[in-house]
Amino acid sequence: MVAPVTTSAGGGAAKAAAPGRGPARGNVLAWLVVVPFLAYVGVFLVYPTVLVLAGAFQDSNGAFTLSNLTDLMKGVYLQAFWRSIELSAITALLGAIFGALLSWAVASGRPEGLLRRVVVAAAGVLAQFGGVPLAFAFLATVGFQGFVTKFLQDSLGVNLFSGSAWIFELPGLTLVYTFFQIPLMVIVFLPALDGLRPQWREATESLGGGTWTYWRHVGGPILFSPFLGALLLLFANAFSAYATAAALVSQGSPIVPLQIRGFLTGEVLLGQENLGKALGLGMVVVVGIAMGLYALIQRRVSKWQ
Amino acid sequence: MTPTPVLRLLGVGALAIALAACGAPPAKESSSGGTAAATAKSAADFGGVDKLVEAAKKEGTLNVIALPPDWANYGVMIKAFTDKYGIKIDSAQPDGSSADEIKAAQQLKGGDRAPDVFDLGLNVAVANKTMFAPYKVATWEEIPAELKDGEGLYYGDYGGFMSIGYDAGKVPAPTKVEDLLKPEYAGKVALNGDPTQAGAAFSGVMMASLGSGGSADDIAPGVEFFKKLKAAGNFLPVDPSPATIESGQTPVVIDWDYTNAAQTAKLVGKADWKTVVPTGAQIGAYYNQAINKDAPHPAAARLWQEFLYSDEGQNIYLQGLSRPVRLEAMTKSGKVDSAAAAKLPKTEGKQVFQTQEQADKAKQVLTATWAQAVG
Amino acid sequence: MAVTAKPPRKVAGTVLRVVVLVVLGFYFILPLVAMGEFSTRGINNTRSLDSWTGIFEDPDLVDSIVTSVELAVLSSVLMLVLLVPTMAWIRLRLPRMRRVVEFLCLLPLTIPAIVLVVGMAPLYAWVNYFLGDSPLTLTFVYAVLVLPFAYRAIDAGLAAIDLKTLAEAARSLGASWGTVLWRIVVPNIRTALIGASLLSVALVLGEFTIASLLNFETLQVQVNLIGKRNAGLSIAVSLACLVFAFVLLFLLSYVGQRRRVTVVED
Repeated sequence: MVAPVTTSAGGGAAKAAAPGRGPARGNVLAWLVVVPFLAYVGVFLVYPTVLVLAGAFQDSNGAFTLSNLTDLMKGVYLQAFWRSIELSAITALLGAIFGALLSWAVASGRPEGLLRRVVVAAAGVLAQFGGVPLAFAFLATVGFQGFVTKFLQDSLGVNLFSGSAWIFELPGLTLVYTFFQIPLMVIVFLPALDGLRPQWREATESLGGGTWTYWRHVGGPILFSPFLGALLLLFANAFSAYATAAALVSQGSPIVPLQIRGFLTGEVLLGQENLGKALGLGMVVVVGIAMGLYALIQRRVSKWQ
Repeated sequence: MTPTPVLRLLGVGALAIALAACGAPPAKESSSGGTAAATAKSAADFGGVDKLVEAAKKEGTLNVIALPPDWANYGVMIKAFTDKYGIKIDSAQPDGSSADEIKAAQQLKGGDRAPDVFDLGLNVAVANKTMFAPYKVATWEEIPAELKDGEGLYYGDYGGFMSIGYDAGKVPAPTKVEDLLKPEYAGKVALNGDPTQAGAAFSGVMMASLGSGGSADDIAPGVEFFKKLKAAGNFLPVDPSPATIESGQTPVVIDWDYTNAAQTAKLVGKADWKTVVPTGAQIGAYYNQAINKDAPHPAAARLWQEFLYSDEGQNIYLQGLSRPVRLEAMTKSGKVDSAAAAKLPKTEGKQVFQTQEQADKAKQVLTATWAQAVG
Repeated sequence: MAVTAKPPRKVAGTVLRVVVLVVLGFYFILPLVAMGEFSTRGINNTRSLDSWTGIFEDPDLVDSIVTSVELAVLSSVLMLVLLVPTMAWIRLRLPRMRRVVEFLCLLPLTIPAIVLVVGMAPLYAWVNYFLGDSPLTLTFVYAVLVLPFAYRAIDAGLAAIDLKTLAEAARSLGASWGTVLWRIVVPNIRTALIGASLLSVALVLGEFTIASLLNFETLQVQVNLIGKRNAGLSIAVSLACLVFAFVLLFLLSYVGQRRRVTVVED
């Protein structure tokens, strides 16, 4: 089986040995095929990121400085980081738990059934639309003029906002974020649940074990890694989220993405973009750690599949 | 294993070189208008106003940015200009901030969509002088000296005082800033923006400061006031907009008097919206007009400027209940629209205008303390 | 399987299942219903479709819808053109690059859009210089943002077919690489490609951060703007988008059903 040596428009000239063996002399030319992809990602992803990370270490004249980073460590910015982390952790946990439950409810149904199709399609949509429309949806529901607010006011005399306008602050953000965290969890976790073969369940039962035994000794351990991985992904997702917060919160910048917005669009304090880049660096570090752990867990999980 | 690290190294190397070499792209040739229009410093440089009008009409379009139709009557201004000269106006980002205007000019430089003219807070204008082209309008002499840059790079166009707008049907009329701390205003008082980001909100905090015993040098009492406002449960962290005012979400709004006053006409029949400049706390500021040095339509930009500072343009500002910069001169010459002038929100007593140094000092204090106060 | 009485654990399981579905269903459907209710409010407590018809009457809004749809299509195409040949080639010839590509495709998730946009401005100055400054230049960024999701989908698709055998067979019959790609690989992973495209469409239609901070007027930016003037209209548009994307994805789940291929894993 000798592959004909051809030059073609499609994949670059590859003087190849039979496909299946590792690349031999056609090595360099084989790399050429992936160069467009690498170049593209390099220009449109790596370059802007490097710009931001480099800018974090520069002052307004371009000289090297660590002052941006030290400024980060104090007061408002550090608080913003803590609040971001808190918000992300809480919504990740809520999203993971309820998302896992929902995934389980769906996975234990028929694979071709209507329920599954609807939930999967809805999850795909809602996980992405976590921005402006979602903020408005929540305002339409529990905002001052909202459906539920009015209902509670008129029928039960309960004023949702007697304490404060919580929906425009962190508690509101927490409620809104879970709306896209749960669907994301469903998308990520459902395949893992599908991986649980029914034979294992039957095997447990034939050995005399009950539901609890099954989950404790079979289902639990198998699902633990995917669950943890999904949790990390949700954390990273919430931490990076900007659009929803931008649409809801206008006073104060309680979380880091809003702080960065302030540096980009603010007209009161000028010339502090490098501090904004330092904030960006901080975000990349936090999210990078979460995603790094996620990737490690994915490696382990893929051994099962 | 060898190719991968080599490739990576190559990639990183290429990146480093690219980073070093990268600067701004070479400036495009100006696509419209001769260079003559771009360096004209007054109508005389065109050979008279008629030639200016001719040159502008040939360009046919004007790009403006961050001019909400409800703000100082810009909606009417834009329509009047188009009706008079037949020049189409492309109004981008009506809700943008002054900083957004500068950013847009930098990003779109050399292109056809770049903004031709700017309407900026003083802060942003002073910081970006290098982006403007000097131009002195026909009525230059009538602009008060403290409100214009000597070379004509930027000068005030209209201004106003910070005010409290309120729905008279829902809350009692406030006369002083401290009135807002009363329980009748629970959950009702909104500030237009975040003071660490928006110039209007910054002046709002200054107004609160003046009304709480502070001065143009001292913003701390203002921050303290908002802290008390929040503690009393009166502060509403919602960004007020025409939609929120109409729907009743924000019954009390701290904003420029012309913005608040513009709502009164709009809400006739729906809400009894009134505006008051609180006694003893009158802080005013002027916005500033400037021409983009790299304007894609330089003649049209200059014609727009002439229009804004003509009697007609200044009266349109006045009808929007803002104070045009030539108000004094026009009142003397009798060209002012006195009916509109009579409708301006009353101000008595000392009028405070912050200098740049006072504003800078206040900003430092604000950034350090605002988040804690209302966070 | 007819059983006279269900064993207790099955009943408990079913009850829990129903409870979960009902509670979460309520949680998700309520805001959507509220959006529908809000957008059909007329004056004086009547119902009216003014907000919905208003969508077509606002020229800026219609422009932005067209822009976003064009962006969605272009980004999907660009993503497919970039990823499919690369991923297929790597599977066939450069297995060692797999880690690198996987890492690169995961990278956009690690770099928040808000951070990315800060570094984008100088880059876009160049892009505008070469290509003028239409909002369609956002395609380049969006193709990058979509990579993580598209990668997973296409990877799953490629894993499900026996790529090596198919490629060998085609090559031995004299097909060029282009033919292999276009007439062998693509038709076999069609479902995965459709899935990846729809994920990108959903992402592009929902993207706000980069478009707003680079000052382009896409659908989401316009919706946010309108929300300040006319809440009913912006909510009507948002609801329309959600429903549209949902219908697309729902229909997709039927498309992939037609062939069952038994695959020998290697």
